[in-house]
Amino acid sequence: MPATRPSHLALCLLCCGGTLFVASFADATRLRQQRAGATHEMQALVRQLQLTDLCLFTEARYTRHPSQADLHSAFQEHPLALEHFPSGSLLLPPAILSSRHERLDREAEVPD
Amino acid sequence: MNVWIEKQKYLIDFTLASLARRKAKNLGLLLVYSLIVFLLASVMLFTHALRQAANELLAGAPEVILQRMVAGRHDLIPPGYLERIGRLRGVQEKQGRLWGYYYDPVVKANYTFMVADDRLLAPGTLVVGAGLARTRGVAPGNLISFRAYSGKLFTFSIADILPAKSELVSADLVLLGEADFRAFFDIPPGHYTDITLRVANPLEVRNVAGKLAQQFPDSRPILREEILRTYESIFSWREGIVLALATLAVLAFAILAWEKASGLSADERREIGILKAIGWETGDVLRMKLWEGALLSLSAFLLGYLAAYVHVFHFAASLLAPVLKGWAVLYPRFELSPVIDGLQVTTLFFFTVFPYAAATLVPIWRVAITDPDAVMRG
Repeated sequence: MPATRPSHLALCLLCCGGTLFVASFADATRLRQQRAGATHEMQALVRQLQLTDLCLFTEARYTRHPSQADLHSAFQEHPLALEHFPSGSLLLPPAILSSRHERLDREAEVPD
Repeated sequence: MNVWIEKQKYLIDFTLASLARRKAKNLGLLLVYSLIVFLLASVMLFTHALRQAANELLAGAPEVILQRMVAGRHDLIPPGYLERIGRLRGVQEKQGRLWGYYYDPVVKANYTFMVADDRLLAPGTLVVGAGLARTRGVAPGNLISFRAYSGKLFTFSIADILPAKSELVSADLVLLGEADFRAFFDIPPGHYTDITLRVANPLEVRNVAGKLAQQFPDSRPILREEILRTYESIFSWREGIVLALATLAVLAFAILAWEKASGLSADERREIGILKAIGWETGDVLRMKLWEGALLSLSAFLLGYLAAYVHVFHFAASLLAPVLKGWAVLYPRFELSPVIDGLQVTTLFFFTVFPYAAATLVPIWRVAITDPDAVMRG
């Protein structure tokens, strides 16, 4: 039987794939350490400038600062309006709108 | 044991030869299968790393932000508000923030103007985010002009550019002094965009926010907890484009599995009939086909996952960028710190590898238990 049987080759390739799969976890740890400097830099900036949001979508004010936007600003035209900005489809889902915000109004007793 | 291993190797040899007979079809199948895994894994890795980044970075955001609402819209904090907050128990520090948006018609991009308290910015100078500097093509020392909403033209000098590594939080920022900000947006002294409060004890945060809500009925306190939750729910699998992608992938997968489960091609039926006729047992046929499904689905999973990993963490998820960009002109360049959720990867593995391997077995078993003669004639 020749040494390069198809089964040997296939199993070898699968083993290589498996090794690379495991290596991806090791690579993730290495990259994390390598990019820790940038993370610390951003953390310092967030603290210093009191930032509240990631700069992911700059197309509209409620997508630039989703955490600071009015509760229904993404659907402000009317409740069934299609989302105007593309990134609006990535955030603010109607189903969990109510559960995302704390109910604070009924919890306070007397003001200081 | 050796006999068993040898038998499996022969079965794999035979399976590979059988797959090679329908090379184009099987390669196509492997490609489509890998693409589905790649798509799902890319979205999964990217969204998880982004959520983790939001969690890590925004952990330093203020504990409470107080906004004022007028007729349901965010409005400026009037003078005296900050003083009226007084000495709330648990509040370490309170500060009025000044920030706002500016649409730059030159490059058709939105910027976030913000007053930087800790930075010593000389009047008439700005510090800008690296994304903005790239889009506008400016460097330290350059002059930049913006037409204010009042119609007046303001010219600033770029004092510095924020580090490119911090683009994920600062790409569109324009930092300027308080006097410049007030003059540019015509905001009178004493007014602020919102108020931030630092609360040392996490257990006190809700109490502080509750007291603020009662003391200022026209205000809306936003907790850091809510900010983090907002980012937790962005890109959740239940939402928008991620849900659309997942649904499409599941549908494509269902078609793949259905194609396999609904029946075999005439060639495959004849092959099984011949194998049975020359003495193969039903168990052998099933094992051979199980190897076929396992080899194909495992290869597709490994190929798809590894390609997704390289795409997301070594090529900055460049294929997903157009989706995230939307209509925005200014988009940050950022590299995410890889965080792989073992549970997510395991889920992906089980949902992609097992259904396919299982779907291939049912029709094979149905054919394999039939009389070889009937199968070959069939």
